[in-house]
Amino acid sequence: MLTIQRLTMSYGNTRVLEPISLTLSEGAFATIVGASGCGKSTFLRLVLGQEQPSSGAILLDGAPLPPEPTQARGIVFQRYSVFPHLTAWQNLLLPHGIASSPLTGHVRGADRLAAEGRARALLERTGLTAARDRYPAQLSGGMQQRLALAQALMREPRILLLDEPFGALDPGVRLDMHDLLLEFWREFGMTILMVTHDLPEAFKLGTRLLVFDKLRHDEQAPEAFGATITYDLPIAGAAATAALGQSAPDAASETEITNATAATARFMERT
Amino acid sequence: MRLLNRQVSRPVGLVLAAAPFVVVIAVYMIASEARLAENAADKLLPALETMGRAIQRVAFEPSRRTGEYLLWQDTAASLSRIGIGIGISVTLAIMIGIPLGLIPMVRTTLGGFVATVSLIPPITILPILFIVAGLGEVSKIALITLGTAPVMIRSIAGAVEELPRELIVKAQTLGASTWQVLVRVVLPQVLPKLILAARLGLVPAWIFLISAEAIASTEGLGYRIFLVRRYLAMDVILPYVAWITFLAFAIDRILLWLSHRLFPWAHLGAKAG
Repeated sequence: MLTIQRLTMSYGNTRVLEPISLTLSEGAFATIVGASGCGKSTFLRLVLGQEQPSSGAILLDGAPLPPEPTQARGIVFQRYSVFPHLTAWQNLLLPHGIASSPLTGHVRGADRLAAEGRARALLERTGLTAARDRYPAQLSGGMQQRLALAQALMREPRILLLDEPFGALDPGVRLDMHDLLLEFWREFGMTILMVTHDLPEAFKLGTRLLVFDKLRHDEQAPEAFGATITYDLPIAGAAATAALGQSAPDAASETEITNATAATARFMERT
Repeated sequence: MRLLNRQVSRPVGLVLAAAPFVVVIAVYMIASEARLAENAADKLLPALETMGRAIQRVAFEPSRRTGEYLLWQDTAASLSRIGIGIGISVTLAIMIGIPLGLIPMVRTTLGGFVATVSLIPPITILPILFIVAGLGEVSKIALITLGTAPVMIRSIAGAVEELPRELIVKAQTLGASTWQVLVRVVLPQVLPKLILAARLGLVPAWIFLISAEAIASTEGLGYRIFLVRRYLAMDVILPYVAWITFLAFAIDRILLWLSHRLFPWAHLGAKAG
């Protein structure tokens, strides 16, 4: 269970996030939407540990998460998520190398067999088997993101953070990526926090929709107020829950969703 | 068609590229002939045959005084100095430059210092080196290192800082320690930049090498051209200058080739020089 307690963030005098409190149950798939520049990515970086909040705490199962990135939280960024100097295969073996040798970071012996087995399976699943010896620069954008996802999952983090992972991809490729992501989510059961610009994507994938926006706005001093979660909706996460064979008992009502959708669309247009 | 859109075919390109060289050599030959016609003993613009004989003498005949083949002896001496000097600089660039770019505490401690040291004109250190370390090899190698290392350290630190932050963060989410980030993510990615830094560092390195050899030495390419200057031996100086130019060019190409060979990933996509 991921608990976020009254998290705030300011850069100097610029308030980015007003207090945010949130509890995510194990295996939840939270999608985060909001206008650009409203602090969604900042929020994700705070959860990741890449930046420190101005106040508040982030707890995993009641224990505070260390104030730096750790193995508990995997990440896929929109770009630069795989290592350009390693082939697809070497990228996948890196996490096990890190775990297995503190000195060289290369995996050897029995560990290597296990790592290779898993890497081979993930290459297969992501359709990258034929590209295993290619460098990221030789892969398409979609292939790079599939590789990034596979790499993040090599050692099964409990929480997977996605920062607009499909933002730079073509629509068709996006749909394939959705299927792949849902497949992995069902299989590994990690908690996912995903920032996206794409509202339909957020509704399709999530079991919970978090809308970020500013509650107060000062035209004279736009930096005075930050954003917070304005809508927190349990959603059907159609692609997700239906396939799990569950109904979503606490899913938001039609009207609520319509309101949130309209509101979010409005926020996004504004930017 | 506009001039700026006119492409050059390969054979024409080769001719055009060779043209400036041919022109310079031709002008030299005409000027040389004119001067020699006036005074057969003129030393300023020796004929190509005279230079050929000088090359024959320094490269393929043992010196009458020492029994050595001068050109090769000089080349070996100079190359080993520049090689050791640049080698030390490269090592320093790795050992200091990478931590400088990666670790905030090191950056705070050494950043200003390295920036200051890199502003000292290296040649002004030469007398200090001669006083402290004597006129031997140490001073010459130290000059090359002092002249190239600070810039190389800074460029490697800069290369580390320019690595996308995402990659450093991603490595940490895979469990990497500072050391593991350094050896598996940062170092391999800056190695091609290190070769580039070495190639750029070689340009001033040659200047420092020739300067140091000119002032105090008993062998070396720079020593030789400044020695024979006393006799106006242009027939030796000109081939030596051409030879030094060729060496500099060859080393640069070898390093570039090495970079392509060892780090193919760094040369994918955009053209890298």
